[in-house]
This record gives sequence, structure tokens and C-alpha cells, in this order.
Amino acid sequence: MTKPKDPAISAAIPNDDGLMDLHHSMLRVRLVEEKLLQVFADGKIPGFIHVSIGQEAVATGVCSCLTPADTIFTTHRGHGHTLAKGMELKPFMAEIFGRANGACHGNSGSMHVASAEAGVGGANGIVGAGLPISLGSAFGTAFKGEDSVTVVFFGDGASNQGTFHESLNLAALWNLPLVFVCENNGWAQFSAQKAYMKIDSIARRADGYGMPGVLVDGDDVLKVRDGMRQALARARAGDGPTLLECKTYRWFGHYAGDPQKYRPAANVEQARTVDCIANFEKFLIEQGLAGRQQLDDVDARLRVEIDEAIAYAEASPAAPKGQYLNDVYA
Amino acid sequence: MTETRYIKAINEALHEEMTRDENVVIIGEDVGAPGGAFGGTRGLLQAFGDKRVKDTPISESAIVGLALGAAMKGLRPVVEVMFADFLPVCMDQIVNQIAKTRFMFGGQFAAPLVIRAPGGAGLNAGPQHSQSLEAWFAHIPGLKVVMPATPADAKGLLKSAIRDNDPVLVLEHKALYASSGDVPAGEYLVPIGKADVRRTGKHVTIVTLSRMVLDSLEAAETLAAQGIDVEVIDLRSISPLDRQAIFSSVEKTSRLVIAHEAVKSFGIGAEISAMVSEEMIDVLDAPILRVGAPFSPVPFSQEREYLPNAADIVRAVEKVMNY
Ligand SMILES: Cc1ncc(C[n+]2csc(CCOP(=O)(O)OP(=O)(O)O)c2C)c(N)n1
Repeated sequence: MTKPKDPAISAAIPNDDGLMDLHHSMLRVRLVEEKLLQVFADGKIPGFIHVSIGQEAVATGVCSCLTPADTIFTTHRGHGHTLAKGMELKPFMAEIFGRANGACHGNSGSMHVASAEAGVGGANGIVGAGLPISLGSAFGTAFKGEDSVTVVFFGDGASNQGTFHESLNLAALWNLPLVFVCENNGWAQFSAQKAYMKIDSIARRADGYGMPGVLVDGDDVLKVRDGMRQALARARAGDGPTLLECKTYRWFGHYAGDPQKYRPAANVEQARTVDCIANFEKFLIEQGLAGRQQLDDVDARLRVEIDEAIAYAEASPAAPKGQYLNDVYA
Repeated sequence: MTETRYIKAINEALHEEMTRDENVVIIGEDVGAPGGAFGGTRGLLQAFGDKRVKDTPISESAIVGLALGAAMKGLRPVVEVMFADFLPVCMDQIVNQIAKTRFMFGGQFAAPLVIRAPGGAGLNAGPQHSQSLEAWFAHIPGLKVVMPATPADAKGLLKSAIRDNDPVLVLEHKALYASSGDVPAGEYLVPIGKADVRRTGKHVTIVTLSRMVLDSLEAAETLAAQGIDVEVIDLRSISPLDRQAIFSSVEKTSRLVIAHEAVKSFGIGAEISAMVSEEMIDVLDAPILRVGAPFSPVPFSQEREYLPNAADIVRAVEKVMNY
């Protein structure tokens, strides 16, 4: 495993643009998911949802490096990745509400949101299932001579599926333009990481497959971005895949409404003191890159956008009778 | 008899069998302290310790294969796969390994293990968490497949499955977990391969299973008001199938409707229909009708519209009666 280069944030900043975009992206994900928790609790969303609140720096840090031509594959906890990659909020919301104009026609809901336009190859309800698909995506673009890259997000828990191991081996062997992003939030459903693996860092596994494994602080958006930039540079240069592990923490239950009997509230409270967004705001202010008022304005504008998207979803029509039969075959 | 919830009945069966036989071990994701995603293994870790209640990583192929190897060494593993939709993740171990171990090795090894997995829709869980895949498994010689509809059967079938000398897939229904019914306390076994006549009637036979038993009984009430006397057969076991129970009922009624939640095409209804046609075409007074889901994955938002229900069964019975 290669050691991540410390980004020496302050040195990198002055010439660096996009910082306000990072803030905007992270805050957007957070506010969307906070709103989703609220409408879910109000009984307005059927099924179940999994939020990534507290983990926004991973989605944003990774996706901020990508272009619309690049493709991501995500998981059941995929709202953040999907929005950070650039999916429009309205079809996203309408899908979660199960409406006709949802991105997947209301067939799928939160666990399977996708956007071909934004390069989101789909969230997935099967843990570990995205990895083999990402191989093919990377193979396909390389085959066609496109220089776009594929990124697959998965959890620490997913790294114990055979698909993880099969995919890393094959991606390394074929030098695929692929970045494996392990979003290690310390939990797989109701179990803590130490209950299901012997090692602390999943990045170490990369070594066994012949690719670099990089561990970054997943609560620091700049460190994630820096790690991702290096991984992307490798992929775009034809040097093959990287396993990028972003260490973070799952602030909420596995699913919305999870009573979380398996972990003491105090530990969660403690973990929540590391807030990727609050820390980044502090950094922006301290560096004189943004004022409090400016950040609050971003917050206010986002809330308006989100309320509009919710209103749009709620006002959207239900899927027409028999709609589910329309998408089964070409 | 005590009023017990379906999931509690499963839990009782596990407690009792673990107490009875020290070779019974529990294997699965979050089956230990959390007691399983739906509470089926609650309290087992506390009662029997972590030597016998094994929490695993998310590695379905590994845990199902492990159960086979452990069974070959004399254990009686009960694996929990969190959703029946994840059985395809470990299909090789189930279909090529577990199902064929006795046969391929000339009976030198057996695979006395149980896989519990909740199938079915009803929670708006979407296309990858709502399927009814029983026909796949019933198609595999070497596997046994049971699907309890009531808390009592959930208990009695699971206990029998654990004692069975062959691999048994217990497909629970997640939408039934919270349902309750009378369950005999203590030792209670429901034989595998025996259907249950849930309602006797003389005009039409409905053969059904799992959650659709409830819909069929509801349909039978509606039809009774119209003077149609329906017999409802709850299969309980899909494989082996209680052919005799079906034949005896159709002998009496001469009309047959089969109702299941799975996609109608290529489902177990097709098998039963073909079997009855082959054996007793002379007895039938009307074509056999099937009620099942449309040929589509289970949709998220339109789940209720998609799922077959009591009204669909009523319509099928009326059609058979008016033939
Ligand atoms: C094949 C499969 N096994 C089990 C599950 C049930 N399940 C859904 S999410 C989850 C935990 C996943 O943990 P991790 O990969 O770390 O992702 P996180 O939820 O922490 O984002 C489990 C066990 C599933 N959906 N698919």
C-alpha cells in the first residue's frame, strides 16, 4: 500500500478553485438527506431509505474530480454519490417518491436511482454487486478508445464479498481505467467493522491484487479529492486501477428508523463531532476564502431548491396503471 | 396454544432445536447480538454463546458453502440469508454443491442443513428485495423447499427442517413476520411434504401457499356469500409436493385454481396444473386457472397493483365456475 501524500491543504489552496463548489456539493447532499429523513418519518416515502449524512466529503471529494463522461456505480447508500455526480434533483426526488416522472419511472425507489445523463450507472440493492459491473464499464470505454474513467463506490462490508476480490484482480490484470472507492463508515448494517474483518484498513487488500491502495481521511474533502486526483491520473494515463479507501463514520442508523440498539448513542455523538461540512466551513472562513454570511446564503438557496424538488415530487403523478410492464424488455 | 407472531414462532423453533441438539448452529449476517435483520435469531447468542451462533461478514457464498462443509462434519447448520433475493448471490453453493452432495458422492456425505430466507413483497422494498423465487429451487432435485403461511407452520416446519437429513430451504414471507396465530408450545413438528386443507369445500379447489393462503381464505369468504363452496389447500411444502392432497381435493371438486405471489409464468402453478392435467383430465369440469404476478420485476411504487390478491382469486374462481 502506498502512503497518501499529505495534501498540505493550506499550500494547495490559494490557486485552487472549486472550493466553494465542494462546499455547495457537500451541503446539498446533507440538506437533501435531512429533508428525506423528515419526509420519510412523515410517511411520504414508501419502502426504506439509507442516508449517508456525515459521509458527504467522500461523495463530493470523489465526484468533484469527474466529468459527466465519467461513470459511477453506487450502493444502497447512494444519494450523496448520485447528487454529487450531477444528477438533477427533481427526477431524483420523484423517483424516491415513486412517481411517474422519477428517473426510473417509479419502478425502483431510493435503492436504485440512476441517471444515464449524469453518468450514474445506478444504485444497487445487492451488496458488492456494483463492482463487477464497473469492470465492464471501464472495459467498454477503454475498448471504444474513450478516455473516461469509471468509479465504483462500495462499503467496508461489501469488501468481504467475492465480487470485490474477483473485481480487483481482474481490473488490475487488465489495467482498467477504474477507481475503487471504499467508503469505510465503520459499520455494515448492525455490526462494527472489527466484528467482520481482521484488518483495519481495506486499502491493504489492494497489494494482494497488484494495485495501489490508498487510505485517506474520508471526513476531509480535500484529502479525498487529492487521493482521487492521483487515482484518476493513474487511470487516465492507462496505469490501471486504484483502491481508494475513505475512512468516515455512519452518523445515522443503517436505514431510516433503525433504533440502533447495537451501538451506544455516546459513541455516535462523539463521532459526530468530526463534521466534514462544519470543518470545511471553518477552514474556508479561517483562510479568508468565504464569510459566514456567504455560506449561510448558500444554505438558504439550497433549502429553496430542495423544497421545490420535494414539492415537485409530491405534485408529480403516480405511475400509470401497468407502467411496470413497459420497462421489462426493449 | 398461545397467540404468537410468525417471527417469534421461528425464534421459538430455533431455541428449542438448539436446546435439543447441540450440533445445531446458527450462521448468518447480524444473527448474533442484533438477533437478525428481522429478529428471527433474537436471544440465541445470549442463550447458546458465540460458539454456536456465528455472525458472519457479508459473504453469502462463503457462509452457505461453509454450512455444507459443516453439515458434512456432523453439524446441523441453520443459515440465515437476509433476503431471499440474495440467494442468487450464492446459487452455485446451493444448486451445484448442497443439492448434489448426497447424490454425487453416492450417499457417503449428506447435507443436513437449513437455509432460512424471507421472500415476497409487501414492504415496497423494490425489485431486488421482494421476489418469490421458490420455483427456481423446487426445480432442483436434492433440495427441499417449504413455505409456511402461519406462525404454527413456521415453527413446525422449521423444526422438521432442522431434523431432516437433506437440505431444506425455508422461504419465510417477510410480510407475514408480524402476523400472529395460535402456536403449540413446546414440541410441535409439521411434516415436510404434507399439505394442509385450510378450508373444506365442494365446488372448487384453490391450491396456494405462503401469503396467498390468506388471500385465498379471504376470497373463499367472499365466494361463500355467492354460494360457491371453496376448498383451500395450503401446500406448506413445495418440494416434495403433496400430490395426493391435491388429487384428493380435485377428485371431489373437479375444478382447480392455483394462486401464488410469484410471477405466473413458469411458476409452480404451471407444474401443478400440468400434473393434474396429466393424472386426472377426465375428472376436470373446467380448465385449470392460475393466479400469479405479471411478468415484470416487483415494482417499487406500484407494488400493490402488481401483486395478485383476493379479488384476482375470486375472479378466477368465478370463471372456473361459469365455464
Ligand atoms: C448480497 C447482500 N447481502 C446482504 C445485504 C443486506 N445489507 C444491505 S446493506 C448491508 C450493509 C452493507 O455494509 P457496507 O457495505 O459497509 O455499506 P454501508 O451500509 O455501511 O454503506 C447489508 C448487510 C444485501 N443488500 N445484499
